[in-house]
Amino acid sequence: MTQLPNSLRTQPDERGHFGQFGGRYVAETLMPLILDLEREYRTAQADPAFKAEFDYLLKHYVGRPSPLWFAERLTNDLGGAKIYLKREDLNHTGAHKINNCIGQILLAKRMGKTKIIAETGAGQHGVATATVAALFGLPCTIFMGAVDVARQQPNVFRMKLLGAEVVAVESGAKTLKDAMNEALRHWVANVHDTFYIIGTVAGPHPYPELVRDFQSVIGNEAREQILQAEGRLPDMLIAPVGGGSNAIGLFHPFLDDEGVEIVGVEAAGEGLDKRHAASLAGGRPGILHGNKTYLLQDEDGQITEAHSISAGLDYPGIGPEHSWLHEIGRVRYEPVTDDEALASFQKLTKLEGIIPALESAHAIAAAERIAPTLGKDKVIIVNCSGRGDKDIFTVAEALGVTL
Amino acid sequence: MTRFASAFGKGRAALVAFITGGDGDTAANLDALVAGGADVIELGMPFTDPMADGPAIQAANLRSLAKRTSTADLFAIAAAFRGRHPDVPLVLMGYANPMTVRGSDWFAAECAKAGVDGIICVDIPFEEDAELGPALRGAGVDLIRLATPTTDAARLPDVLNGAGGFLYYVSVAGITGLQQAAQASIEDAVARLKAATDLPVAVGFGVRTPQQAADIAKVADGVVVGSAFIDIIAQHGDAAAPHVEAFTRSLADAIHGAKEIAA
Ligand SMILES: Cc1ncc(COP(=O)(O)O)c(C=O)c1O
Repeated sequence: MTQLPNSLRTQPDERGHFGQFGGRYVAETLMPLILDLEREYRTAQADPAFKAEFDYLLKHYVGRPSPLWFAERLTNDLGGAKIYLKREDLNHTGAHKINNCIGQILLAKRMGKTKIIAETGAGQHGVATATVAALFGLPCTIFMGAVDVARQQPNVFRMKLLGAEVVAVESGAKTLKDAMNEALRHWVANVHDTFYIIGTVAGPHPYPELVRDFQSVIGNEAREQILQAEGRLPDMLIAPVGGGSNAIGLFHPFLDDEGVEIVGVEAAGEGLDKRHAASLAGGRPGILHGNKTYLLQDEDGQITEAHSISAGLDYPGIGPEHSWLHEIGRVRYEPVTDDEALASFQKLTKLEGIIPALESAHAIAAAERIAPTLGKDKVIIVNCSGRGDKDIFTVAEALGVTL
Repeated sequence: MTRFASAFGKGRAALVAFITGGDGDTAANLDALVAGGADVIELGMPFTDPMADGPAIQAANLRSLAKRTSTADLFAIAAAFRGRHPDVPLVLMGYANPMTVRGSDWFAAECAKAGVDGIICVDIPFEEDAELGPALRGAGVDLIRLATPTTDAARLPDVLNGAGGFLYYVSVAGITGLQQAAQASIEDAVARLKAATDLPVAVGFGVRTPQQAADIAKVADGVVVGSAFIDIIAQHGDAAAPHVEAFTRSLADAIHGAKEIAA
């Protein structure tokens, strides 16, 4: 694909910066390793065999391409723009996370690394990582906050069945950011043989770039599929943003298409004036986990706890490319609360027979808000980033139902 | 002569002692370190997410933050220390976000005002020097860089470029307070580093006993001890100072005498 000289798709620069964001804020011990990773990624990008193996696995193992489903009953109910769902929920392991894991484990193999580690919040990325580790026969350790281990038992058991060791992280607040701290600590001590599969477009350069590239299969497919279905590009894209990997995967191939409006959805939790996880709406630029980006923090730069009913959005940061897209105004970021997401979770389930992940339900909620304000000739693609089976316990509890 | 130059210029290795600011009675513990013979003080700035630290220092960060230690409190501790101990070099050690959140110029100016001699920032490698380095150098505050077992000959010149105070050799690829490096690997590394720089070379990570410290002091210009102090403070709380002083003395005696025994 040719890129315009003023393309928005050429970030980051050679130092890993997206405007003022991104970069490589890591301990000296890790620097040589992430430079190695970058070199290896560049050779992989230029190697047709790497792309062929990636594509083969996405097709035959993950089940891609994922369908683009015209949600006709939801569209009629809302009475405005046509809504298409990009069905990442139909991937193997039930979410977009596996796209990235396939790419990274192929890199691990190229680099001769023999052990895999990852962080996980709800356990979705942990399950996807444990899955590819099983497929490639590599030992795998998943770091998960002790609080999350307690509230996500089914995924913990899945990871163990897949052969992974799950380490309950007792430090800090015992949730996702602490799991990432612990994974980084383990990595520093095991750089010689260990590959860290980061689960979203965060971490030091080149992670935000390579995770985005692996996830861009979402947007590349959606582009072809909507051209087939509608004969034109969509008017709008909507995706939920935790770290931002499913969102950037959908958005990136469309960044230079001026007619396509792009909306990222942040988790507003109990509301922006209460506990939430909206780093752009409620945070400021800072440095954490290897990159500069918007963070929830206090005036001294101490990181504050995020809250969302959706564990996959419950992170006090956001990928650096999103911070940049926010600041240049190319993508608009909107908040959606726990209650709105819960309502949309149920609505999509009843109208379309699709149980979305709570993360994805945030994007559906934004679509419900926006679609009625647009004409019936308009087209929106919403990223249904995952399926909601994992969330039924959370939803039951929120609705006061005992299972 | 700078405070660093005199602290490392006594013809013997220096004891570099680390404690976390706001954990326990910090002023009393700092005085105890000086009284016990520490040559350089590292004061840790607490952070919610201390990614390079092991369990002991992680817990110290959390204890300090639970008492609502602020950045202003840290600078007040530093300034008061400078008033009581005009000649002992003081280093602030911590993570990028608390150091840069109000802008690096603000941070560098506050350091200079409080009499802080140097800064160690764990998560700003030379690749991101622009974040903090120019502001510190402009304010006359030394940026102390870290070299590690993974810092190869190709990286070392860039690590040293813009570095000041002393060079901190992190002797293990890992986090604070856990493993200890083999003496032979430390000796090799120190020789390699000293051939590349005139800065004093201090060695740390995993040093817990006077014996280990003495071994390192035979070859290095300084020995950094942190988690072992933190453990004492964790155990004795606000009454830790006499214990800190006694342990400091045992380390200082071992370190200060090491080169004579070796000679
Ligand atoms: C289904 C689903 N969607 C979205 C996310 C959020 O992550 P990201 O913003 O990286 O896509 C997660 C994370 O666990 C997820 O499981």
